[in-house]
Amino acid sequence: MTLVLACSPACFAQLIGKGFAQPGVLNFVPPKKAVAKPGATIDSVLPVELRPGYHVNSNTPSDDYLIPLRLTWDTGPLEATGFTFPKPHMEKYKFSEKPLSVFTGDFQIVTRFKAPASAAPGPATLTGKLRYQACNDSMCLPPKTLDVSLQVEIVK
Amino acid sequence: MSRYYRAAALVLMLGLASCSKSKQEIEARMPAESKRQKAPEISLKDANGDTVSLADYKGKVVLINFWATWCGPCEAEIPWFIEFEQKYKSRDFAVLGISMDDDGWKSVRPYMAAHKMTYRIVIGNDTVAQKYGEIDALPTSFILDRQGRVAAHHVGLVDKSDYQNEILKLLEDPKSAALHDAGPGLLAGLLRPAHR
Repeated sequence: MTLVLACSPACFAQLIGKGFAQPGVLNFVPPKKAVAKPGATIDSVLPVELRPGYHVNSNTPSDDYLIPLRLTWDTGPLEATGFTFPKPHMEKYKFSEKPLSVFTGDFQIVTRFKAPASAAPGPATLTGKLRYQACNDSMCLPPKTLDVSLQVEIVK
Repeated sequence: MSRYYRAAALVLMLGLASCSKSKQEIEARMPAESKRQKAPEISLKDANGDTVSLADYKGKVVLINFWATWCGPCEAEIPWFIEFEQKYKSRDFAVLGISMDDDGWKSVRPYMAAHKMTYRIVIGNDTVAQKYGEIDALPTSFILDRQGRVAAHHVGLVDKSDYQNEILKLLEDPKSAALHDAGPGLLAGLLRPAHR
């Protein structure tokens, strides 16, 4: 008889259990359809919800090692010309000596778009990515990138 | 007895009581030796390009720490692990950090230098993370006994004293120490089926 119990990786995984399942820590409401005339500038709001007890690093984190919140848009019928993030909270956590620049709770990211003067009228879809890295007071979840899409209508 | 001595005696009694409770808690939390599972094998490269496997740590108590440069709670533990390894190295204790940074040494090497990390670091991957039960949150740590079995498992930041008590418990475990001192020959003998 052997005293050392054999355990496959799958069995080991089951024994150890999952530390945390990431789905649902950060959710966003799909932005409202953007309607723009060629040459016009419009703002699109992306409402974001974070699970209570969690934070994400702001777009301007306190440390170079920390992963910022980023929203990017692919090339499409509208051109992103700027972003407005909320004012970050400076929060002190038990793992950090100094306060960290973070977002918590519900907040909005506003993208300013410009429709090129040559934009062809009609519907289109603009795709983008929302990248974040979330933590609570004692653990961090791996960075995650979510797909974002914006319905666009170019009108005359 | 003066008031001073009575107070000192009370403090001493409370201190002893808390030490004892703490040890009991540690023992209750750690699985019995017969129920501990062998830690999954790893084969990862360290900063020098050398392959690291658990066989390198045969007979040692090992703290395996999954971490990343972007993880604040992981950063808080680094000075503890440096201290533990310096303090208990002579008693056959080692720390092995497994970084889960996507860009590997590009981020990890400068971070190691900035944080004066003296314990061994390797770059992890999804395969190793899956073997260790899906590393969904960092820090995640496993403390292995001298037989390479998982004696403790932590997800998230825990108290420094929790780690320290577990490490000391495993280092002081007379059975483990005896097996280790006796060398692999005796261990193999104990594990071998008895033929009569």
